[in-house]
Amino acid sequence: MREARAPPTPHAQRLLSALAPIALACALVGAWELYADSGSTSAYVLPSPHAIAQAMWDNAGLLAANLGPTATEVGLGIVLALLLGFLLAVLVHVSRALRRALYPLAVGSQAVPIAVIAPLLVFWWGFGVFPKLVVIVLICFFPVLVTTVDGLAAVDPDQLKLLRTLDASRWQALRFAELPAALPAAISGARIALSVGVIGAYIAESQTATVGAHAGLGHEINADLTALQTPRAYAAAVVLFAFAIACFYALRLAERRLAPWAARSPGERT
Amino acid sequence: MPTQLQSRPRPSQRRSEGDGIALQGVGRAFRDRRGALLRALSGVSLHAAPGELLAVVGPSGCGKSTLLELICGLQSPDEGSVACAPAVLMPQRDLLLPWLSAADNAALALRVAGLPRGRARARAAALFAEMGLDGFQGAHPSELSGGMRQRVAFLRTLLSGKRVLCLDEPFGALDAITRAEMQEWLASALQREPRTVALVTHDVEEAVVLADRVAVLSPRPGRVIEELEVALPRPRARTDAAVIGLRGRALRALGGTSSTAAAA
Repeated sequence: MREARAPPTPHAQRLLSALAPIALACALVGAWELYADSGSTSAYVLPSPHAIAQAMWDNAGLLAANLGPTATEVGLGIVLALLLGFLLAVLVHVSRALRRALYPLAVGSQAVPIAVIAPLLVFWWGFGVFPKLVVIVLICFFPVLVTTVDGLAAVDPDQLKLLRTLDASRWQALRFAELPAALPAAISGARIALSVGVIGAYIAESQTATVGAHAGLGHEINADLTALQTPRAYAAAVVLFAFAIACFYALRLAERRLAPWAARSPGERT
Repeated sequence: MPTQLQSRPRPSQRRSEGDGIALQGVGRAFRDRRGALLRALSGVSLHAAPGELLAVVGPSGCGKSTLLELICGLQSPDEGSVACAPAVLMPQRDLLLPWLSAADNAALALRVAGLPRGRARARAAALFAEMGLDGFQGAHPSELSGGMRQRVAFLRTLLSGKRVLCLDEPFGALDAITRAEMQEWLASALQREPRTVALVTHDVEEAVVLADRVAVLSPRPGRVIEELEVALPRPRARTDAAVIGLRGRALRALGGTSSTAAAA
């Protein structure tokens, strides 16, 4: 009987929700460990979690040094992608002509394999961070564009009528109603952008060469795979994994600050 | 700066010719999705003298909202003419911006007019007590009751400084008790801040209690089928015999339209 059971107390609920991710992670890692140790695969193909942990411990300095450039690429790339996506969304929103001109191009741009344009990017901008930013922006602006366009269009038409009778200009309607209303949608887009941004950084590092040591985690992964240093490649992937999660929750915090009305449930005070 | 509402006209000016509403033989039609012509209004002639409250009642879909948008200049009539001082719309839902405080929401018109945020907010906040909203200047819309949200929305409308207010079923979403309270409140607010008002409602009692004149519209295409003068002193009680009598007349006019509509 579902109704007969006493509802869990808030305290127990909090404990449960805190333990759930740990329990799931432990179960997955445990299953992985058993499978890897059973001998049905090779350590070159699938290193066991304890071998990866060992590789992380042994290469902590190397991994940290490679996280730096990758984190920079992702951070800057996401910020640029947000700006570009938001700007394009506003343009597409205010002008039907621009919508018809830009939207198909933006959709099509997502189908172009980065490998095709990577040589051109390197030819233009060399081996620095810039061509990598371009790759990340190309991959990440799209979700921001789509969600923001939808957010801008979701403003109540009556709201715009009201603003018109207050003699608001098109720009004022954007500023006072549409842009703030689209912010939560834009932040959702940013969350998607972030989750593809980390893999975007890997693609960028794989496709455009870098001069010097510590060229980023993606670079490190490719080098390790080639050298059959599979545990270290996995260790680098684990760092990317954790970095992506950290970024995701950092954005959640930013959302609560930027758009508290979207995160707040009715009646709840900030 | 005095806490008087923006560009509030002096009583003598308010009586000037341009502050009323005059619709002459107005018709308006739309094309629906399949391209069929949908006549919303047909031959509507209405008049509100400066400072008068004109209530428009009618069945759903009789073009009441179209009428208000014509008065506000959001639409143009296909036939006939609309003469009206600058008007401001108060839509049915309060449409307060959830990211702004109540004072900032009320001050929206002032911000649009170019006032800096601090001064706009201060001018709006100063009127909160008069509107029965004292202490809620900093509250966000999600923290306010439905009635209070409507008060903030009304203050936002007043602060536009326009001489004509178009209220589109302002209390339609409220429960009966709150609605009665808000009607009293609106009557007293208009006594303090007189304006020419076009009030669209489907509540005949509300129309009779608040208005100087009640126009009854027919189902689509909306035509004026009855016009009632409400020459009763204020404040009016809804239990007043004269109020009940006028209410009955308006309801009979409405009932007549629905039976002809059913027969047609």
